[in-house]
Amino acid sequence: MAYQSTGVDFRTRLQDWIPKLVLSPSLAAMLIFVYGFIFFTVYLSFSSSKMLPSYDLIGFENYAKLWDLSAWWVAVVNLMIFASLYIIICTAIGLTLAILLDQKIRGEGVLRPIYLYPMALSFIVTGTAWKWIMDPGIGIENSMHLWGWTSFQFSWIKDRDMAIYTVVIAAVWQTSGFVMAMFLAGLRGIDNEILKAAQIDGASNFSLYRRIVIPMLRPAFLSAFVILAHLAVKSYDLIIALTGGGPGRATELPATFMYSYTFTRNSMGIGAASAVIMLMTIAAIMTPYLYAELKEKS
Amino acid sequence: MRYLSITALLLATASPAFAEKSVEVMHFWTSGGEAAALGAVRDKVVADGVAWVDAPVAGGGGDAAKTALQTRIASGNQPAAMLMLGQNIIDWANEGLLGNVDALAASQGWDAALPQAVKDFTKIDGHYVSVPTNVHRTDMIWASKAAFDKIGADYPTTWEELNALAPKFIEAGIIPLAHGGQAWQEAYMFEAVAAGVGGADFYRKALIELDDAALRGPEMVAVFDQMAALRGMVDENFSGRDWNLASAMVIKGEAAMQIMGDWAKGEFTNAGKQPGADYACIPVPKAKGDSFVYLVNSLSLFTQTDPDLIASQEVLASAIMDPGVQIAFNQAKGAIPARTDIDLSAMDACAQETSASLGSNDASGTAVPTFAGTHAANAAVVGAATDAITGFFNSEMTAAEGAIALADAIAATK
Repeated sequence: MAYQSTGVDFRTRLQDWIPKLVLSPSLAAMLIFVYGFIFFTVYLSFSSSKMLPSYDLIGFENYAKLWDLSAWWVAVVNLMIFASLYIIICTAIGLTLAILLDQKIRGEGVLRPIYLYPMALSFIVTGTAWKWIMDPGIGIENSMHLWGWTSFQFSWIKDRDMAIYTVVIAAVWQTSGFVMAMFLAGLRGIDNEILKAAQIDGASNFSLYRRIVIPMLRPAFLSAFVILAHLAVKSYDLIIALTGGGPGRATELPATFMYSYTFTRNSMGIGAASAVIMLMTIAAIMTPYLYAELKEKS
Repeated sequence: MRYLSITALLLATASPAFAEKSVEVMHFWTSGGEAAALGAVRDKVVADGVAWVDAPVAGGGGDAAKTALQTRIASGNQPAAMLMLGQNIIDWANEGLLGNVDALAASQGWDAALPQAVKDFTKIDGHYVSVPTNVHRTDMIWASKAAFDKIGADYPTTWEELNALAPKFIEAGIIPLAHGGQAWQEAYMFEAVAAGVGGADFYRKALIELDDAALRGPEMVAVFDQMAALRGMVDENFSGRDWNLASAMVIKGEAAMQIMGDWAKGEFTNAGKQPGADYACIPVPKAKGDSFVYLVNSLSLFTQTDPDLIASQEVLASAIMDPGVQIAFNQAKGAIPARTDIDLSAMDACAQETSASLGSNDASGTAVPTFAGTHAANAAVVGAATDAITGFFNSEMTAAEGAIALADAIAATK
């Protein structure tokens, strides 16, 4: 770096090297276990791998087969429905809660963790709990019937057209508190002077938020979007616990598709191809967004 | 690797006999009855002086265990033996990873002791690469005697009788068919109907040879017609239910019947129910002559170079095939012994009838391997077919559409 190796004592040289030494194992681990395996997966997606990895390349055959599979289309469409609703609803609820909590209300210290705690649960727990809550035989519907509201019906989880929305409900419940915390941090970071100036200028509360606060929360929106989008694409445990991909295959997502084709159906090549498509999708959404946002900052 | 060897070390200190001979058995039998069944084998192995290293990977269908095995194979650390199903055994044998116990089999006369149905999935290319513990029958109906008494009906012997019973059960406030709406359960139900409605020849042509004409033919439409009838017999809350909860509905008399493999018997036994007095275990109706859909459980032996390990594998194989162990194992597991040459008087009436039926169907060539359990076809085909079957069962598709969807799904895997 800045030092020349000649005439520098051992101590300074060590100081120079220590950060590199400390960082290198994690860098090496990252290179191998993240990027190395990404390339391995890409390679497998072009190979004729079935039960075990094989190394003879067959071109784009796996991709052609993949897009011919109706199960894959179901998974892709489900992901679009799930991801868009999940991101929009989570952001909306998170922002609303954050704005309401930011009104200097009493007991905020108690309320904040209550909203945040679902995030501390694993998706398996969330999935299992909501599976029971939404099960018509033992959950909400049954309770309502026991309380005398016998015409009440809520059996989405058993309905193949509606089941994907139950996944949205469970996922939103889990993450909106976390999104709220991110927005709350953003709100606390806004300079009070600006708000006061706006109030003096006669801005109503509504236009204060619409024209000043929300635009200033742009970095928080970015973080929320990045986190929610990748959570949506990699959703696996929630599906397994909540619906098991059912009824039928109605709530299958690309992640569950990838697992079943790679590991249980002896079609590792197709599974790898689906994993690559998932990576490309997320990259296609994230890269321009990150690029635009980060470029503006610098 | 290092993690695994540390685990092995810990296990070694836990079992004093490790210093001599040991055999590591990878399996997914973690439920009560299954673990007890494997215990019968373990006790015999330990009594014969070989330490047992248990390597369970939870997850009933064995998918998790298979994933674990793939990683262990990739790192060159295969177990001595692993519980495997159907085509997987053939696949692993073709990969050249399975050893054999031919010498032991010859000296103990396995060829005569095992039915052809079992040998099809344990003796690959003339080598005994796998040692069978038991045979399951998958085309079974579990019927509640109380429910049938309530409407004063006999157990059905034809599909028409079965279908005619449904409205009577509903009138009496009983769910005609207890079913768990999970894809694999629908696949087992489908194969039971295929064997029952279509017969063994059709089953072989459509689900083993995967003949496109048979898959699209009128017999397949008839099979889907019956599936559609069954679709109308389940309660509205069936989706996602575990199979043992469906069995519990029959045990409690809330539901009249369940179509499920004979592993369901364990649930009835554990609930203290007696075959005949409390419930009936009957094969599904057979419209085109008798047939028997079987699933073989066996422990496959991986190639080893260490002579001690090879000797331990033989001790394990010999223990599994021991007549006493086969009886004890299957009393706990609810299946029937893989050997058809042993006295079953210690077992219950269900097991005796099933075993006799296996013998007669094996002789007449009407015993067919399970499709859902990936014996009849490989995992890719079964997976695609299961998607189509569960899609049909969870929709209002017509039988003709169902047959086309199934044929298309299977054709896409070729």
